[in-house]
Amino acid sequence: MDTIAPASLPTHEAPAAEKRPWIFTRPTAKTGLISWLTTVDHKRVGLMYGFSALFFFLVGGFEALLIRIQLAVPNNTFLQHQTYNELFTMHATTMIFLAVMPLSAAFFNYIMPLQIGARDVAFPRLNGFAFWVFLAGAIILNVGWFIKAGSPDIGWFGYAPLTSKAYSSQFAGDISTDLWVMGLQILGVSSVVGSLNFIVTIINLRAPGMTMMRLPVFTWMTLITAFLIILSFPAITIALVELMMDRNFDTGFFEISKGGLPILWQHLFWVFGHPEVYILILPAMGIISEILPTFSRKPLFGYPIVVFSGACIGFLGFGVWSHHMFTTGMGAVATAAFSLATMAIAVPTGVKIFNWIGTLWGGHLKMTTPMMFALGFIWMFMMGGFSGVMHAAAPADAQQQDSYFVVAHFHYVLIGGSVFALLAGIHYWFPLIFGRTVSEFWGKLSFWVIFVGFNTTFFPMHFLGLNGMPRRTAVYDGNMGWNSPNFIATIGAFILGIGIAIYFVTMVYTLFKGPKAARDPWDGRTLEWALPNPPPEYNFAVTPSVHARDAFWYEKHHRDEIAREKIQHARSESEHGGIHMPSQSWFPLLTAIGMLVGSLFLANHNYLGAISGGGLTILGAYLWSPKAQAATTCTPNLTPTAKTPTPSTELPLIFLFPLSLYLSPSSSPPIPPTPTPSIGIKTKD
Amino acid sequence: MSHAATIDHHHDVTTSTGIPNKKLFMWAFLASDCMFFGALISTHLIYRLHPPPGSPDVSKIFSIELTSFSTFILLMSSLLMALAVNSLQKGHVRSTRHNLLGTIFFGLIFLGCQVYEFNHFVHEKGLTLSNSIFGSTFYTLTGTHGCHVAIGVLWLVLMYIRSFKPADPSRSWLARAIAHFVVFTITTVAGTAAVLGLVHTIQSHESLSVFIDHHLLATSTTVIGLALLTWFGFSRKPVDFGEANAIDVESMGLYWHFVDIVWIVIFTVVYLLEYL
Repeated sequence: MDTIAPASLPTHEAPAAEKRPWIFTRPTAKTGLISWLTTVDHKRVGLMYGFSALFFFLVGGFEALLIRIQLAVPNNTFLQHQTYNELFTMHATTMIFLAVMPLSAAFFNYIMPLQIGARDVAFPRLNGFAFWVFLAGAIILNVGWFIKAGSPDIGWFGYAPLTSKAYSSQFAGDISTDLWVMGLQILGVSSVVGSLNFIVTIINLRAPGMTMMRLPVFTWMTLITAFLIILSFPAITIALVELMMDRNFDTGFFEISKGGLPILWQHLFWVFGHPEVYILILPAMGIISEILPTFSRKPLFGYPIVVFSGACIGFLGFGVWSHHMFTTGMGAVATAAFSLATMAIAVPTGVKIFNWIGTLWGGHLKMTTPMMFALGFIWMFMMGGFSGVMHAAAPADAQQQDSYFVVAHFHYVLIGGSVFALLAGIHYWFPLIFGRTVSEFWGKLSFWVIFVGFNTTFFPMHFLGLNGMPRRTAVYDGNMGWNSPNFIATIGAFILGIGIAIYFVTMVYTLFKGPKAARDPWDGRTLEWALPNPPPEYNFAVTPSVHARDAFWYEKHHRDEIAREKIQHARSESEHGGIHMPSQSWFPLLTAIGMLVGSLFLANHNYLGAISGGGLTILGAYLWSPKAQAATTCTPNLTPTAKTPTPSTELPLIFLFPLSLYLSPSSSPPIPPTPTPSIGIKTKD
Repeated sequence: MSHAATIDHHHDVTTSTGIPNKKLFMWAFLASDCMFFGALISTHLIYRLHPPPGSPDVSKIFSIELTSFSTFILLMSSLLMALAVNSLQKGHVRSTRHNLLGTIFFGLIFLGCQVYEFNHFVHEKGLTLSNSIFGSTFYTLTGTHGCHVAIGVLWLVLMYIRSFKPADPSRSWLARAIAHFVVFTITTVAGTAAVLGLVHTIQSHESLSVFIDHHLLATSTTVIGLALLTWFGFSRKPVDFGEANAIDVESMGLYWHFVDIVWIVIFTVVYLLEYL
């Protein structure tokens, strides 16, 4: 189906008599590079997030393999210690901020608006901006590989005083730590802006009848994650501001000689850092809660409890940060309180596990590849959860602190948890997004190789940790009894790498050569499966109305009722005009480039350049704002259209929010769609 | 252009909840901003409890009279902001403009007091960003708040200029708006410099001729700028600004009130606490 009926274009342009300088000419390309650089379509933004995240996932995996080669044998000289520090810092930073978070954001972008029956997110251009800012942050973090200063080498936690100029600036112009500070700061802007957008979208752009307790669980987890992001990122933003002030302007926040307290960094960092753990896992739990019911052919067991547990995990996640600091000597009361709160989180998590088992119980299980990954998730995540409860006990944690036992724990929850679920999600939604069917054989093969490789790598690390092997050290002696587990772990890492390679080769092959997928191939329950694959630009030709929690299942079992409603909707609403889609824009990209340039100069302590970058940012937002409220009208070919909750007017980035309200032109009047005599009963296209 | 008074300012039919998207966005952002200031204020309070040896005696540095005055001005600006929202919801564009200008003026007084205060602390009291932990936390916290006020003033100015956008789309407005903004910025900077110069002259008991010698450029720029702004402010043609824009002014108002409330907290825990 054409995304825009050709007839609607000229009529649309005609009433726009308003003067428009050449610089505001709207890009209209629908294909090619420009269409991607200027896109505001949530699906394209989601794809760009996805592809960037997968690229950085491979980069981070490559870094992990280098680390494992170094540790394969005792006293190895494969890597220098400095390089090793850079690798473990960048492996963690990349995997958390540049792989798992943006891959979750890709699903938020692509799937969530479809699940609530919306045409786009509430602020589409702000959404494009969030992606470009993410890319800017990723570039700043990784630019160190190509310059003399090298990459950040302070650990992903950046503990003071490692980040002070005395320890991390080896020579004049060693800006690796400044790059880390600016990179994370910029990524924070991206996450917060994106999350504000998702919050408004979920709360305000739901289709008629989509009450909060009918939202698909993945959308619920998106909402909770977005709240976690907007409430936890400020802590690290301020910590990074204080660090930047220390490094650039000689303040004393973390400078012991000036009376600063390095422990403050740990508190601020983990006030962010622990909710971050749930930012990584809650979207994964949402994906699992979509896949299990679909392939068990049953509704999710205990939906309200699953939702409530997710909210509960998010809420408790703000009160447990100091369990990362049990060995810092906080005092018995604080330690006991944080210990108890941490154990309490196991309760809602356990409730979710039992709900998933309850969903499987008595179901007609279809053992497809996404289902395999989802089942693998439950098992592996539980393993990580058990060792997590062990850490919650402060005396035990004092033994495990900074040992490989911790490494084993968080890889079980991050790979066995988040990554398994995200890989499951890619498989699950692949037919919808790309319209191709992935081979079950190669999918399952990749699952088993990944599963075996993952456990071979990380299970021995439990023993390594309990036998005292410390984290973040490049070498170990041969007489410590750590040789065989380390060697096994390295072999496992390569098996895991092969599994990931099979997975990606299969996906790339399917993307180009895979057989075409039928519509709704899994017999899905949620609204995104009501769409043709791949979905058209405007998503829903007629805004759906929702009658039940599993909206699309209801639709499939009440075809006559839904068909009558659609005709009614289409007729009554077509009088209000066609579908409004936001027009493309260069300015989100320009604004993000301004931030990239400014941050790079700031990291180099070049304040004139930083101000110029800031000026470019303001210019981008300034030029962006007059285009606010502009919208193109498009009409699906076969069905009469309805005015929907249109994506709202646009906001630029938060601190330039005023500009968006400035000089906004009157929006072009929508063109009523040409009434089609044959009112389609189904949007068969 | 005054729309017919049919807009329900408390219910937006196009959204699921009836809350306008912009307002919801602003509330969510303010929740996030609470955490920003929470982290900064906590930092200040923690270091206040652990002063290293040789820390300055803070109550000898502060001038509580001046800060009380600027606090009062900032709070009164919130009243004008609320009046601006109210005027526009009734479609009274002229009254909205007057209230916006009043809010801008009060915001600038607050910022001017802060500039004066920082200058005074650094040069007279010897409190700098780097010579004590108190200086680090004080300047970072109040400076961040000052940035918020400055962004609010910028937003108010842009909204004020926005209110002159002509209803007739064939008239060019972008160039005029940019010129208006540039004049506004220059006048503000020059005016602040002139007033601070005048205060300095009076405090150091110099004669008026010294002030004119040193600040002739700033003063004359201010006068010319004010004349130009008055000229820009005359608009008899119908404008594309009215009740429909009330939501924009209201979102801005939410931000402005929030920044005021944060200042009440900062004034209490940073300033008043030192006098207990």
